[in-house]
Amino acid sequence: MSPAGAPGPAGEKLLDVVDLAKTFPNGTRAADDVSFTVARGETLGVVGESGCGKSTTAKMVLRLLQPDRGAVTFAGTDVLRAHGRDLKEVRRRLQLVPQNPQTSFNPRLTVRSSLEFNLRAHGVARRTWRSTVDDMLVRCGLRAEQGDSYPHELSGGQLQRAAIARALVTGPDLVVCDEAVSALDKSVQAQVLNLLAELQADLGVSYLFISHDLSVVEHISDRVLVMYLGRVVEQATAGSLYRDPAHPYTRALLSSAPGAPGERIVLTGEPPDPADPPSGCTFRTRCPWVMDKCAADRPLLEVTPAGSLAACHLNLTSPPALAAPSPA
Amino acid sequence: MTTQAPALAPAAVSRPRTARRSRRLPAPALVSAVVLAVVAALTLLAPLISPYGPLEGDLAARLQPIGSPGHLLGTDGQGRDVLTRLLHGARPSLLAGLLPVVFAAAVGIVLGLVAALGHPRVHTFVMRSLDVLYAFPAVLLAIAIAAALGSGISNAIIALAVILVPPVARVTESEAMRIKSADFMAAAQVSGAGRVSIALRQVLPNVAPGVAVYATALVGLSIVYAAGLSYLGLGVSPPTAEWGVMVSEMQQYLFTAPLLLLVPAVAILVVSVAFNVLGDGLRDFFNVRTDAS
Amino acid sequence: MTSPTETPGTAPARPGAPAPTAGPTLEVTGLTTTFDRGGRQVLAVRGVDVSVGPGESLVLLGESGSGKSVTIRSILRLYGSSARHTGSVVLGEEDLMQLDPAAVRAVRGRTIAMVPQDPNGSLDPLRPVGRQLEQVLRLHGVVDDRRAARARALELLALVGIPSPARVAGSHPHELSGGMRQRVAIAIAVACDPVVLLADEPTTALDVTVQSQILDLFGDLQERLGTALLLVTHDVSVAADVADRVAVMYAGSIVEEGPAQQVLENPRHPYTQALLDAIPRPTSERGHLKAIPGSPPVAGTGFHGCSFADRCALAEESCRTQPPALLPVADGHRAACPVANPVVAA
Repeated sequence: MSPAGAPGPAGEKLLDVVDLAKTFPNGTRAADDVSFTVARGETLGVVGESGCGKSTTAKMVLRLLQPDRGAVTFAGTDVLRAHGRDLKEVRRRLQLVPQNPQTSFNPRLTVRSSLEFNLRAHGVARRTWRSTVDDMLVRCGLRAEQGDSYPHELSGGQLQRAAIARALVTGPDLVVCDEAVSALDKSVQAQVLNLLAELQADLGVSYLFISHDLSVVEHISDRVLVMYLGRVVEQATAGSLYRDPAHPYTRALLSSAPGAPGERIVLTGEPPDPADPPSGCTFRTRCPWVMDKCAADRPLLEVTPAGSLAACHLNLTSPPALAAPSPA
Repeated sequence: MTTQAPALAPAAVSRPRTARRSRRLPAPALVSAVVLAVVAALTLLAPLISPYGPLEGDLAARLQPIGSPGHLLGTDGQGRDVLTRLLHGARPSLLAGLLPVVFAAAVGIVLGLVAALGHPRVHTFVMRSLDVLYAFPAVLLAIAIAAALGSGISNAIIALAVILVPPVARVTESEAMRIKSADFMAAAQVSGAGRVSIALRQVLPNVAPGVAVYATALVGLSIVYAAGLSYLGLGVSPPTAEWGVMVSEMQQYLFTAPLLLLVPAVAILVVSVAFNVLGDGLRDFFNVRTDAS
Repeated sequence: MTSPTETPGTAPARPGAPAPTAGPTLEVTGLTTTFDRGGRQVLAVRGVDVSVGPGESLVLLGESGSGKSVTIRSILRLYGSSARHTGSVVLGEEDLMQLDPAAVRAVRGRTIAMVPQDPNGSLDPLRPVGRQLEQVLRLHGVVDDRRAARARALELLALVGIPSPARVAGSHPHELSGGMRQRVAIAIAVACDPVVLLADEPTTALDVTVQSQILDLFGDLQERLGTALLLVTHDVSVAADVADRVAVMYAGSIVEEGPAQQVLENPRHPYTQALLDAIPRPTSERGHLKAIPGSPPVAGTGFHGCSFADRCALAEESCRTQPPALLPVADGHRAACPVANPVVAA
């Protein structure tokens, strides 16, 4: 199987997510009109705190969870309605690297068996399995014989390399990395981030990279989506997000990152209960720049002076005000 | 508090990741395994090593006590050699213990997997149907089924298999439900593999050891039940040698030759306990693999 | 059981007044911790020297398996008979390593207290948090009666920045957010005016924006109560936030120790340097992070020379045979690497 799946021109729209919404039976509004696209060969980062809906969104994109409404189109196929051969092809080309390497492998199967399981699912000829798996393991920085290990015999970093190999072995176009480096030690995390970048350069694969760690997302991504309480509050290229954050929440997140320049914005309080989000702008209860308007109207994503998208009333009425914060 | 010199010397180079509890059966389970192996060997060799024929009786030598010359375990009420009947009786007794469990395991695992991994409605249907069987006491149900089918060893086996299906299915279902929410199942689903493939290649390897352990312990129970059915005349029928039949036959001599009654009873007890202990040991043995940190 | 009032050296420090004795509040010397794992001796802490003074905060920084958590748990003697220790842990006048278990229990929670990583594990889910706080106060004889306990509990909840103490006191843990629960856990830890506060990854379970609030609270409490803080973390940004001094641990030993700014901005040990380099920064080019090869050694791995030699870019032949000593490299700054810090002929 060709490692990069059906090749297409770089920059072509690969994944199109429109107005995805999900409310859980307990009332938690996990995703509220989330829309984004991922182009071929691109990395879209999604950042946010626990409960912001980033993992729920990933699950819906992977069709592990059915959304209440919205659409997911992957390479021209309607993911949410695909079945039979179409669904199988989507599965082959849309893969996952889960968060916890220790639990994302079946403890009773060798790493090799786990990778072969994916090949078997797509009718790859059995005689090619060994060489295909060996190639992919080596490509991900493991030794071929480590494939014959059981998960408990490998370290977290080695297992995460194996998880990446498993995701890539069927030649996908898009890999969803759900907190894929969060469980790793910093020194090992850097190795895995380098590996992901290298594989992208070689194979042209796209990533939907989900993490709570802004510095990691900012490093690996071309564009970044910032989520808060089920909504996208800002979307920007990685560089401009760092230079000119538009949304107050993004600014607060950035200022708590290590080595961040300027004064730190310490937010008061904690994210509200997602089952009972505030009216209007969901961030208004913690926003240092909150106005009357914020409680009444939900701000929509609009183009900012810096050219990114942000959902903030402030952004449109008085952009320069952001430069002179006066936290209450 | 010991005050040794600071132990700064390098500790023995260790690899805790691969070093684990020794992969050996605990001693009681090992003893049970040996006991069962000996029983199995004696069972197979019964026609060769038994001193008499199983139906060969000498009415002149009835109820000889244990240790009589020529009759190591004595003779029964019809003058048949008890040791001979014990050896010959092992085969039907063990078969009636093992076969129902094998059948019940095959059916129970399939039902359990279908219930756990199928549509919620399928789950409800399967589990509630099993609950119906649970509503009756197992022994009474077995007696009722065996009685309805008529006596004979194969009918006893069928009756026991039916009552053992629900517990096996329950154990399989609960194990499979636990596995279903494991992280690796998300990866398996995303792989594009079909439900059957996921059930057989991802879930079954995790469920099988637990079910095997449980089934091993069930064999002990099944042997007791089978002997019970034979005792009641619903399983193997006299004069065929079978442990339950032997107990039933000896019963009338309870006051004249009580020790003779104990012989088949002890055989049932030993084999049944051995299977239970082996089951426990296997559980410990398999847990070593599953608790990999 | 010794009554708390008879235990020497446990007179609670008054708020704002540092302990009267000059010098360190807590001094750990040559601490080792050995576990017996099925007959195999696992040396998890390999001779740690740290000290922390009144109002000072020391951060133990390290990755998984570095022995940082084992170190502070050993200080509290939380492993009981499952671990063997050598070395001394001097708190005030006493060596905790020489006390009998009952005396250690009397010191724990009163003179020296710990903030857990996950407050869910330390709070009783079935009782209101206010009650739990009152119980701690009465258990250690800080207050005499119920009324005083209640008043003091509300004071403490206010002290840790809880906006409506009376309401929170009546809440069960599950009704509180993660940050609030951690504030309650901190209130319980400081209930008896401890001289030393230990904290094991106290913000790891929290979101970034809440994390900074809790870290600020530690600084605030130290300023007001003069408590010494020994905090364990794997997160460099947390260390940068709260530490006066940083001790970097690797494979059970301290490899570098010194003033926070010096250690984090001008590291003198290759491991510290590599750890800082491995963190993605806005300037680092994608795919070219300076990763450390290999993985951290599993706890208890034995070494003949330097524990970092296998992953170190500077390693020389001698590194694999000679265990490096932790030697001064600058004022108050020590590092265990003779290669990066050659001894200049005096």
